[in-house]
Parts: sequence; C-alpha cells; structure tokens
Amino acid sequence: MNLTPKNLTREQCFEQLLLGKTVKSAGWLENIRVEALAHARTLNFPSVRHDDWRFTDLSQLYLHGFQPVDSFARLTLDDIRQWLIPGAIRLVFVDGCYAAELSDLKHAGAGVVVTSLAERLGDRQVESSFGRYAPYKQDAFVALNTNFFEDGSWVHVTGEVARPIQLLHVASKREVSSAIYSRNMVVVEPFSRATVIEDYVVEGGVGLEGGTYFTNAVTEVVLKNDAQLQHIRVQREDKNAFHIGHCTVEVGKNSVYSATSLAFGARVSRHALHIVQQGEGAEMHLNGLALVAGRQIADTHTQVDHAAPRGKSTQLHKCIADASAHAIFSGKIIVHTGAAGTDSVQSSRNLLLSGKARIDTQPQLEIFNDDVSCKHGATIGQIDAGALFFLKSRGLTEERARNLLTHAFAAEIIAKIPVPALVEALSKTILERMGGLGT
Amino acid sequence: MINKASKVLLEVKNLKAEVGGVEILKGVDLTVRAGEVHAIMGINGSGKSTFSKVLAGHPDYTVTGGQASFEGQDLFSLEPEQRARAGIFLAFQYPVEIPGVSNSALLRLAYNTLQTERGLEELDPLEFDDLIQEKIKVVEMDPSFLGRSVNEGFSGGEKKRNEILQMAVLAPKLAILDETDSGLDIDALRIVAKGVNSLLSSDNAVVMVTHYQRLLNYIVPDYVHVMDGGRIVRTGGKELALELEARGYDWLRAAA
Ligand SMILES: Nc1ncnc2c1ncn2[C@@H]1O[C@H](COP(=O)(O)OP(=O)(O)OP(=O)(O)O)[C@@H](O)[C@H]1O
Ligand SMILES: [Mg+2]
Repeated sequence: MNLTPKNLTREQCFEQLLLGKTVKSAGWLENIRVEALAHARTLNFPSVRHDDWRFTDLSQLYLHGFQPVDSFARLTLDDIRQWLIPGAIRLVFVDGCYAAELSDLKHAGAGVVVTSLAERLGDRQVESSFGRYAPYKQDAFVALNTNFFEDGSWVHVTGEVARPIQLLHVASKREVSSAIYSRNMVVVEPFSRATVIEDYVVEGGVGLEGGTYFTNAVTEVVLKNDAQLQHIRVQREDKNAFHIGHCTVEVGKNSVYSATSLAFGARVSRHALHIVQQGEGAEMHLNGLALVAGRQIADTHTQVDHAAPRGKSTQLHKCIADASAHAIFSGKIIVHTGAAGTDSVQSSRNLLLSGKARIDTQPQLEIFNDDVSCKHGATIGQIDAGALFFLKSRGLTEERARNLLTHAFAAEIIAKIPVPALVEALSKTILERMGGLGT
Repeated sequence: MINKASKVLLEVKNLKAEVGGVEILKGVDLTVRAGEVHAIMGINGSGKSTFSKVLAGHPDYTVTGGQASFEGQDLFSLEPEQRARAGIFLAFQYPVEIPGVSNSALLRLAYNTLQTERGLEELDPLEFDDLIQEKIKVVEMDPSFLGRSVNEGFSGGEKKRNEILQMAVLAPKLAILDETDSGLDIDALRIVAKGVNSLLSSDNAVVMVTHYQRLLNYIVPDYVHVMDGGRIVRTGGKELALELEARGYDWLRAAA
C-alpha cells in the first residue's frame, strides 16, 4: 500500500524520475533519447511561480514518489472491456507497454498503418517525423517522456479511413505508485482523412487498491496539405491519478484539424495542446470540456499559432467545477506577421456548481497583423435558477434537475464527437461523475 | 362544471406573499373543486402570475401570511417537485428554454418520475414513444419538436403549445395556465383550447389566467375572478368576462 504521499520536494520528485530505467533503442531514436535526457537534467518541474503554471498547483504530484514501471502487467480483454469502442481499429498499451494481444488491427487495411512505434523504427517516415514537434528541449515533462517512454503508437494515414482508431492507454492497478509514459505519433498524408481517439483509462475503471500512478503523455500530430483529422482526446484516469499531457500539432495547407479534448479523471491533470497553422487556408476547430468534482484540479492550456495566411480557427472550451474542485483554462491565439485574413473565434464558457469550486479562465489574443477578424469571450455562470424551477415544477428533484442541466451543458461538447458509441459512453460517464440521475 | 358536492382540490385563504420585501399578494381567497374551470383576469401587474408561481412554489416569492391546501395537504410544506407530484401543474407565461435537453427526454423523465410517485411502471424509451405520439395529437404538434431542445428556438406560440403538451403527458389534477393564450394565432388558440378541453374531466380542474374573452369562448369558465392590487376583488360567472370585455376594469376598481 503506497497511497500515502512520501512528502518529496519538487526537486526530489523530479530527480527520482530521472533515475528511471533506461530504455535501449537503436540508432536515431537512441540519439533523441540521450539528447532529451541531457535537456531533462538542466530542467526541473515547474512551480506555481512559473507564469504558465501559476493557477495549477502540482504540489500533490510532487509529494508522491513515483517509481518507474519495472515489470509490465498482463491484462485480459475483460479488464478493459468497458473502454472498448465497437468497430474501432485499436492499439492498447498497458502502463506504456504495447499489448498486442489486446489490440485489434484486423480492420487496419489499405489507407492506414497502425502499429507500435517500436515495431516501426526502421520506417523512414517514423524517423523523419518522430520528436520533431514535441518540445523536449524546453519542457521537463516532455523531456522525461522522450527519454523514458517504452513504446507508443504510430498512426500513418494515407487514405480515407472510415473506422475510428482508438489508442487506448491503460494504467494497471499496482502496489507501488508508478510513473507511466505514453507516446503517440499521427501523420496524415495529403487527401487523407481519419478519426483518432487518444484514450487514457485505468484497469477496471474503479478506484486503485494500492498505489496511484502518474501518466506523462506526449503526442505529435502532423497534417500535410489537404488532410483532415478528427482528434479526440479522453482523459478518464482514476480519480487519484496524476496526468500531464502535451500535444503538438502542425497543420498544412488547406487541411482541417478538429480536436475534442475531455478531462474527467485524475486528482490533478494538465493538458497542453499547441497547434501551429503552417499552411495557407488551414482550419482548426477546438472543443474542450473539463468536468471536475471533489478536490480535483484540471488544467487545459491551448495555443493556436496562425503562422500562414487565411487560416480559420474556432474554439469552444467549457469547464464544470463542483465541490472543491478547480478548473483552469488558458487559451492563447497568436496571429503572426504575414497571417493575413485570419478568422478566429474563441469562447470559454464555465459552470460553477458549488461555492467552494473555482474556475480560472484566460482567453488571450495576440495579433501582429491587420486585416484579421478575431473574437473571443468568456463567461462563468451557475445553474440557471429559472430552468431549475421549471424542471422542479415538472416533478424532478433538485438534484436530478441540476444533474440534467449540468449534463446538458456538457453535452454540447460531447455531441460534436463523430463516434456515436463513444458519445453514448461518455454521456453515461458524465452522469456517473455527477452522481447519476437518481430521483 | 360546478358540483358543490365534488372534492375540494385547492383552498387558498387570505394568502399574502412578497418579493424582495415588497408585498404583492395582499390576501387572496380561492376555492377550486374537482370538475371546475376558473378564469382569473385583471390588469397588468395585479398579481396573477405571482399567485400562479406562489402556488407552484417559486423560490423568489416569500409567503408571509394565509394558508393554501391541496387535497387537504398544506401546500407550503411541499417542495415544488412534491407539488408537481401531488398533481399541480403550472403552464408558464414565459416558458424557459433548456438548451441541450431534448423535449422527449424531459417529458419521459418527468412522466416516469410521476409514474414512480403513483406506484406505476416506468416506461422505456420505446414504450414512451408510443405514448408521446398519442399526446402530441392533442396539441397537433409536429413530431420534429420532440427531438429539439426544450423550447430552444421555438416561436412564442410553439412554446405555449409545448406547455400544454407537458400538461397532456403529466395529466395533472390542477392545471394553472398563465396566459397560455397569449401569443397563439387564431388557429393555434382553437387547437390548444380543444386540447385542454379534451384533458378536462370531473376529477381535475383548471385555473386559466387570461386577458381575453376569446379563450373563454372555447374553454367556458364556471367562475371568473378579477384580481386587482394583489386580491381577488370580484367573482362571477362567465358573463363577468363579457362585461369586462365591454366595460374594461375601471368600474370595478372604482367600486373596490
Ligand atoms: N421577481 C420579482 N421582482 C420584483 N417585482 C416583481 C417580481 N415578480 C413580480 N413582481 C411585481 O409584482 C407585481 C405583479 O406581477 P405579476 O407578474 O404577478 O402581474 P400579472 O398580473 O401577472 O401581470 P401581467 O398581466 O402583465 O402578466 C408587478 O408589479 C411586478 O413588477
Ligand atoms: Mg402575468
């Protein structure tokens, strides 16, 4: 039993992670790993004095001592069945290790390569793109991940892929608090299109008996010209877990990148999404939802760089915070010199369900160009009293009415996911997190 | 239909209520028996909606005096949802929009809540669909409205029709219709009135707040009450409404 924090300092926690098991890999990847470790040694975990982290208190994470995973758990399909998306092409990782026996690649036919990274290191495509986008020289978490990750997913889209591709990262129940590294790389070639679901879950989906865990996830996404990607990210970790994710996306000319990022689980979580519009006329659509209760902290940081002309970006982010939870949203839109004709709309809408909950939202626009149309706004509200009375006057209890209205607020984001089975599953998850629609 | 022997559903005595420290209702008396149709008329701001909302349990209003009972039970000891479950229904003068909650989902949730309360079986979505297809005929509503969010983007008249659909599904003992006729076009008024008539029986009752005689041509009241300054100042039969239509309210106010 190892749930009690070890009371480490920020530095001690970081140093303990630096002692993780060295992962050997051949040639070019070895060079990147070594470089990442060298950078990691010069970095440290951020404190709240760091401007980008000032709302996000990681002290709970630092207090824990996380051991690297030394032996990989074997799970059965039954252990993860509740997370499976019917009909999907599926890669499964358990504690960061590829689980071929749980994966399902029989539908990965023409138009897409879906494999573990380790199996594909000889592929020139992998070599020329891996590590080029993630900021492992600047970000301590990304540096650790790049050095210590065991394996990850490789998705190479070369045609129109109708079936969703699920990258399922499962944390196993462990006796010792463990550090888990998850890694993903998605490349979409011209005139190709796919739907990718990055999914972070825990074995069985119920509370851990032994230690907790810390997922450090890094994803790189490249859309070449005239490509389309629906990228869904679901963080539904155990409620005692820690989760820090980073995703870098590069979008080529006339491509359309649509992201839906959901944060439901973890004691403390952070997701940073950085999108660079490299090509003219690209579109980026971002939807996000953080739903937290208890003493959870969920932080979403997004940055969209319009670095080419006539780009379009839309963003809707919602936070719902109940009990003593804390949700943070920071959304930066930067319109660079030369990005003429940029059209950008950003909206942050937030729902506070309790007097002790807290939401910090910071939409930010930086415009270095004329001739652009940019709008942004933020609202923080509570459950509408008129709607609540209406529902009660139709016989619903206060609790049920509140849950229905909260669910409706969240449903606007969930409903945009183009995978009906996932929409249904997430809808249920939301109700469960809120304590159900019980009378 | 008046039948002095029938059961008293609602009994209000000297009801006083305030909002934000201002007294709005200054002693309302009203008795409604099963089988009866009541109309409440009166100038703008006289307290008709306040009275309706106080009966339904709206939290903005504080009851400061008097009593109200529903089938013998103290109304003010009940939460709004308990009043609904006991059989009180308020059709709102200004129905609220609920984005993200579909009309059919809300109706099923509300219906099943009442079924459970009455010790009856809940309906699953398929069974409920059969029921709702019947009920929308009562108000001649297009089925496409069922899949839409509650009242979101509905026209004024469509919202009113939707309130009566809820009434049809929930089958209340006492329906309070606050200006359900306002905003309805001539055909819609006829359809909604016909719908309400079809729901009336000797076991239930309706209280209609209205400004217009037109509604009362379709749903003929047993009693017409005039509210003024937070009190019911005159009660008569259906001919009182005709008199008001011809003479306005001034003569009553002068007399009061
Ligand atoms: N929530 C409130 N806050 C402040 N004043 C209120 C509130 N509700 C009602 N009032 C006041 O109480 C009085 C009665 O209002 P009410 O809505 O009951 O009138 P009404 O008879 O329904 O009028 P109408 O025919 O215009 O619908 C009005 O003067 C109104 O401004
Ligand atoms: Mg009114």
